[in-house]
This record gives sequence, structure tokens and C-alpha cells, in this order.
Amino acid sequence: MLTFEHVSKTYATGAQALDDICLGVEEAEIVAVIGASGCGKSTLLRLAAGLDRASGGRIRVDGDEVAAPHPAIGIVFQEPRLFAWLTVAQNVAFSIAHLPRRDREARVAVALEGVGLADHADRWPRALSGGQAQRIALARALVARPRALLLDEPFSALDAFTRADLQDQLLALWADARPTLLLVTHDIEEALVLADRVVVMRPHPGRIAAILKIEAARPRDRLAQEFEELKREALRVLGLGRSAAA
Amino acid sequence: MSEARLLAAGETIEAPVRRPARGSLRPLLLGFLLPVGAAILWEIAVRTGLAQGRLAPPPSKIAATLSELAANGDLWLHARATLARVAAGFALGVLAGALAGASRVARALLDPTLQGLRAIPSIAWAPLFILWLGIFETSKVALIAVGVALPIYLGTLGAILAVDRKIIEVGRSFRLSGFALARRILLPAVLPHYVIALRSGLGLGWMFVVAAEFMGASEGLGYLLVDAQQLGKPAQMIAAILVFAVLGKTTDALLVAAVAPFLRWQDTMANTEA
Repeated sequence: MLTFEHVSKTYATGAQALDDICLGVEEAEIVAVIGASGCGKSTLLRLAAGLDRASGGRIRVDGDEVAAPHPAIGIVFQEPRLFAWLTVAQNVAFSIAHLPRRDREARVAVALEGVGLADHADRWPRALSGGQAQRIALARALVARPRALLLDEPFSALDAFTRADLQDQLLALWADARPTLLLVTHDIEEALVLADRVVVMRPHPGRIAAILKIEAARPRDRLAQEFEELKREALRVLGLGRSAAA
Repeated sequence: MSEARLLAAGETIEAPVRRPARGSLRPLLLGFLLPVGAAILWEIAVRTGLAQGRLAPPPSKIAATLSELAANGDLWLHARATLARVAAGFALGVLAGALAGASRVARALLDPTLQGLRAIPSIAWAPLFILWLGIFETSKVALIAVGVALPIYLGTLGAILAVDRKIIEVGRSFRLSGFALARRILLPAVLPHYVIALRSGLGLGWMFVVAAEFMGASEGLGYLLVDAQQLGKPAQMIAAILVFAVLGKTTDALLVAAVAPFLRWQDTMANTEA
């Protein structure tokens, strides 16, 4: 559904961020991309979002080449990036301003309900906590009904409790329309909780080092024995075993 | 010492709720104490003969002059002339300043020149403007416009450069570009800074109108000042200065009130952070 065909990216400075990335993400699949900072995982997402252009190769969504922001693709950034001058409801409605008022309001209400913040519709973004703001950012992206949603370390700025909460919420939201999710994270546990496949990247230049398939059914219990084993297996594949033990 | 610190900490916690209800009136009254008290003391000093009050007339005399000027229509005539000049100069200055600051091409073309011209005190243009544009309205409005345009240009420029690129990226990800991006994201993001630029521009407009009217005018509050100086009427001078103060403050308040609905989100910001 979302495919990367021999994608490479070299910045004007000469730094090569991505080299020959090939990856196909299926319809309704959840793929997590993990790797150390500087491995090009965020660059990969920016290319898919159409915010930057690839230096080589192609990115397609349903066969359609992505050269600029594509209507089928939404993105949630690491920071909420809400519009401070719009209320919560207006923020969520931002991308559907062209719809008739009644449709718009109905969709905003559903989106706010979905992230559990229906009673915050008339607040200003400044009055929200970090977790609430990120939920609104999620609602703002989902209200446009993207077929694929890109998430760039969306929960990394949140505390552990809020993060786990939002991961569960993301899965609940995903279950509704089942958009394809491509999630960049540096949190291995997050990747294991959410993803069908985990793509491991290595830096200099950014390449795909391994792809882990996770068969376990969701929701996955972070405390279950199988989850621990999964995590151990992932750490071993990532080559993090020794430093983790040390 | 430690007790005082504890109290202070307790107060900051409760402050957001209690401050608007209780604390707002007393500082206001305190603020009035100095000017009103001084005026009353001066009035008493002159009445009791302690001071002559010839060069610094007492408040009652200034009030009498003001009501006299108001009664014979002079006050309105002069205030109107001055207001018209400020309005015309401000409008021209805002237009020129905003256009030059908002367009990238205009910025590249004009910025070096404007940064150079910025070093010249705008009043220094006055003789040249009179030579070029004549002694009447044109030169006065031009002088005010120049004075207003520069801070607005710089303010617009600064505001646009200060817009968070990350917010613009959100707009791009929703496939906004060009005019739609400017209207829905750039403009509201720039507005708070822009209003500050407008207010300082307006303040300078009032400053320059005085200079312009000193250069030779047959009406206007500045003319009223020069006239009073030549005829030795200090009460009229102070009356004119007071009218300047009232008009300056009023126009500023009108400007703030006009944009307040668009900046409501900032109020909440101040409230939640207080």
C-alpha cells in the first residue's frame, strides 16, 4: 500500500541520510521503524509525508508517486504542533474546513470522543497537558481520514504512564478505520507493543538492517511472559544484548 | 525570613484564582495617588499664594482653558486636523511597512536600503520634505508616514522570521500553500508581534505629528502649542499636551480593542501561566 523503492536521500551538505531503502507496508499494517538517532528514520518519514524530496528512488501510495504531501497520508509529529490561535475543536477541524458545517462538527465530535477529550473542545491548546495536546494532534490527523498515518516519535516526549496510555489509545483508534501505520520510535518496547513488523535501521548511511515480524495478537500485555521473551529476542537481533547485560 | 518565603510560595499557588478578584483595584488607586496628589497640592499652593503659578498654571486654570477651547470649537478644529494627519500618515506607513516586510522580493530589494535609512532620525527629513512637498499637508503626512513605516516594517519582518517553521510544516502536510498557508497559518501566527509593531508605529505617528506641526501649521494641536508659546499662554500649552495624551492613549486603546478578538488565545495563555 505504501512502498519505498530504492529510496535514497543525500542532503545538500553531502551527508547521506538514507541509502537504497526498499520497504513495502501492507494495507492496515502497523510497521515500527526503530534505530539509534541519526539512522535516518525520521528522514524516511519526512519523505513519505512529502515534506522533503528523495534524492533517488520512489515512494508510492497505492501506486501513486509521493512527490508532495499526499491526501491519503497524514502525519503526527514528535511535538503536538497545535495552532495556538485555534481552539481544540478548531484545531481538529483544520484539515476539513472545506466540508459543510454539520459534517465538520460531527467529524470533530467523533474525533474528540475517540481521544477521550470531548469536553475539551473549547479549550485553547495552551491549557492542555502534553499528553492531551498530543491526543489532539492525533485527532487532527485522523479527522482527515488518511489511508496511511505516519507517526514521528509521537510519544517520546511524554512520561511513561501517559505514553502507555496513548499507545493503547492509538491501537483503539486504529481498530476503527484500520489505516496503515508507519511509526518511527526509539523505544523498543513501544515498537513491540504496537507493530506487526519492526524495521531496524542502522546509520551512516541509513539502511535497513533487519525486519522483525511479530505474530503475537494485540493488545499485548507488557507484563506477560511471552512479551518478555519477545523483547529479549528483539534485543538479541538488535545486537543490544551485551550492552544491556553490562 | 523563612516564614516570609513560605508565605510568598503559598501566594503564587493561589494567585491565578484570586488576583483578578481582589488585587486589581489597589494598584490602580496607588497609581493615581502621585499625579492627582501633585495636582491638588499645586492647586492649594497657588490659591494660598505660596506659589505664583504664572509659568506653571494650577489645574483649575488649565481646566478653564480646556473648556474655553472646547466651547468655542477651537479644540475640536485643532484635534481634528491633528487626528487627520496621524490617520493619513499611519495608514500610509502601515501599508508601505507591511508590504515591504511581507513580500520576500520586496525584502531583498529594500532591506539593505531601509536598514541604512533607519540610522537617520526621521525628523531630519523634515526640511527636505518641506522643500520637495511644500509647507502644507503633503510634507506633514509624508513625515509621519516615514516615521510610522519603519518600525512597522521592522516589526513585520521580525514577526515573519519568528514564525515557527514546524507550524508551517503542519500546514504543508495538510497540502496548504501560497495564499491559503499565509491566511490560515502565517497571518494568525504573526498577528501578536504585528500588533506590537502597529502600536509602536502609532506612538511614533503621534510623535511625528507634533514635529510636523511645529514646522509651520495654521491648525492642529502642535500649532496650538507653538501659538501658546509665542503668546505666553502656559495653560494652553498644558491643555494641548493633555489632549495629546488623551488622544494618543485613546487611539492606542482602540487599536488594542480592535484586534483583541483575534488575540483571545493569548489572554488564556497569560492566565494559565500566571
